[in-house]
Amino acid sequence: MEGKVLNTTKADSVMPEMLVVSSSPHIRSKETVSRIMLDVVIALIPAMIGSIYFFRLNALKLILISVISAVGFEALTQKIFKKEITINDFSAVVTGILLAFNLPANAPWWIPVFGSGFAIIVVKQLFGGLGSNFMNPALAARAVLLASWPNIMSTFTLPGPDAVAGATPLAIMKFGGADATASATVAQAGSELPSLLDMFIGNIGGAIGETSALLLLIGALYLFIRKVIDWKIPVFYIATTAVMLLVLGVPTDQLMYHILGGGLILGAFFMATDYASSPVTPLGQIIFAIGAGALTALIRVKGGFPEGVSYSILLMNVASPLIEKFTAPKIFGRAK
Amino acid sequence: MKLENLTFKGGVNVPHSKELTEKKSLEYAKEPSIVYIPLHQHTGAPCEPLVKVGDRVKVGQKIGESQAFVSAPVHSSVAGTVKEITKITTPTGIQSTCVVIESDGTNEMDESIKPKGSLDQLSSKEILEIIREAGITGMGGAGFPTHVKLSPPPEKKIDTVIINGAECEPFLTSDHRVMLEMPEKVVFGLKAIMKALNVDRGFIGVETNKMDAVDALRAIVKDEDNIKVVTLKAKYPQGDEKRVINAITGRQVPSGGLPMDVGCVVSNVSTAKAIAEAIQEGKPLYERVVTVTGNGVKEPKNLIVKIGTPFQEVIDQAGGFNGTPGKVIMGGPMMGLSQYTTDVPVIKGSGGILVLTEEEVLEEKVSPCIKCGKCLTACPVFLQPLFISAYALKKDFEGAEKFGALDCVECGSCSYVCPAKRPLVESIRFAKREILAKRKKS
Repeated sequence: MEGKVLNTTKADSVMPEMLVVSSSPHIRSKETVSRIMLDVVIALIPAMIGSIYFFRLNALKLILISVISAVGFEALTQKIFKKEITINDFSAVVTGILLAFNLPANAPWWIPVFGSGFAIIVVKQLFGGLGSNFMNPALAARAVLLASWPNIMSTFTLPGPDAVAGATPLAIMKFGGADATASATVAQAGSELPSLLDMFIGNIGGAIGETSALLLLIGALYLFIRKVIDWKIPVFYIATTAVMLLVLGVPTDQLMYHILGGGLILGAFFMATDYASSPVTPLGQIIFAIGAGALTALIRVKGGFPEGVSYSILLMNVASPLIEKFTAPKIFGRAK
Repeated sequence: MKLENLTFKGGVNVPHSKELTEKKSLEYAKEPSIVYIPLHQHTGAPCEPLVKVGDRVKVGQKIGESQAFVSAPVHSSVAGTVKEITKITTPTGIQSTCVVIESDGTNEMDESIKPKGSLDQLSSKEILEIIREAGITGMGGAGFPTHVKLSPPPEKKIDTVIINGAECEPFLTSDHRVMLEMPEKVVFGLKAIMKALNVDRGFIGVETNKMDAVDALRAIVKDEDNIKVVTLKAKYPQGDEKRVINAITGRQVPSGGLPMDVGCVVSNVSTAKAIAEAIQEGKPLYERVVTVTGNGVKEPKNLIVKIGTPFQEVIDQAGGFNGTPGKVIMGGPMMGLSQYTTDVPVIKGSGGILVLTEEEVLEEKVSPCIKCGKCLTACPVFLQPLFISAYALKKDFEGAEKFGALDCVECGSCSYVCPAKRPLVESIRFAKREILAKRKKS
């Protein structure tokens, strides 16, 4: 008798064969991981088109090689580790594009292959795959490439069909003109710098995907509308960088060059916002962004390199678990 | 004080799916031929049967009672003969003694059912006794005996009574129809609670997707100075009582505490209506409004159903199944309880019977957490569901507790928004049970 169910006498009632029983909730949103990753890919398309426009076939070649090898390495590692192959979630595509965006236009073909391999195999898969990487894979790969082949990685070309080597605006500000070896005066630097409009649309020297603030911002706007990224990290990051640059004595007329030049826009909107390697708590995200901003300014002004976005984000990536630990939100109804 | 579009922090926007039944007037369900009335439909001690096999019972006659304070008596919903006293599993999954009554179709009312007088004549103690005798329990889902809720210890000073008409669960419209069609009963119920608690500040909170109900209620209270009908932003889980209190009064019920800790008592709309009927007509709680809905039934409806009517009979009156049913749920899709069978009776807490189709219940593939943080934004209690869940799945319940597992209200917002389709609230619920079981042991 225990637990017996009713014995309804109705003959015409159709008893379902098997009802699904599960814990609530019984409905789910339409959001999926692959949709989020696809959104990031979509957001990167304007800048991708821009990079091909500015750096021609070199950019197209680097992006293709980078994406194909990232996806290939992902499938290969998962196959070797006998894990489910998840290349259709677009996350390797995102890594591939971001890595290519960080390369100079005339980098040889094996640079993106090596970089993708390092990003996907070492930084992503060896640490547990999607969501478990403790650093941004594309940035970690850039750092390794820069350390291993500093010449290739810091020889940038200017936009145009001829792929003429030229200094980035940040390098001009730090070291002087394209052919100067010693530090230049501020006045000299000023004469070599491109116009702010060129800076904004991306008609300047630099890594292929980082030059056009305009196109990157269009993509970022899309990510905001789709609620894929939150405003906190990019806004606090860029604002802190600007404030710190002024504190460190960068003249105000060079400030916009610092913000639009180098990888700051790409880094703040697309790299620092990487879910897995940034804190998940709201306060933690603010601290993370302020830290990255301060480090970026510090490296650019006081460090040996003209650019500091990659290292700043990577350093803050490593600090993320700790930041997260100390920034847990106050639980509703708890006094603390 | 602001009275419009009040809200709380967190939560999720879930499709309301109320269009299936929100325009459908209440109608009486067909008279059941046999009712199965569990004696344990509430939080607290189960009732002992007052009748035996072969007894003749009338509508509204008390058939189960308990001496315990935290309990509520149970009444017959039909006139007829007790056929059997047995054990069944109720839709909440507990084992309960069940009185099976065969109806004779006469609907002869019990002699005890008569008006109890006006609120002016009744003392607060008398009101509480009427509520207890009528077997009224919280009809929003938890099923906590109402007279207990209305008897706070003397050190808890209550200054605010809130009638919860948020009905934030998708699909459900039973409270909506009650507010629209019987606003005077809802207001009367509120006044009765205010009188019972000697409180002179009352609110009725209704989500903005039910403006017709807001207008109906406001028409009734337009001359009342101490009762305000406020609108709440339609966002899940607005109907959680701590969210309602927070939205209307700005107060935060302390962690592990009760509404009375911040001077509030919250009651559901259908509960208020039941209180009004108990006082005005002497009618105990033996029937309730049930929204029978979902794409899995042919004609969704708002039915007034006698307690003890099998789910299958109610579903048949909504045109029967539409295709093969996937899930039959008591309550809404966010917090409702999915059933193994439709051979379970409607109880006091059955605000809805939701049938989802086979296609709607396909299991989605779970993928690894990408740490997007959407569950943090969604959590109305400001927990970090991803971490609690990770601890729970590793069976590290101490870790889960440290991250506040016991503060979880199990609203399911985290699981709803999760793009990786992870079982967040499901695993946290599991951790809560383990933590509480361990506490009990030690």
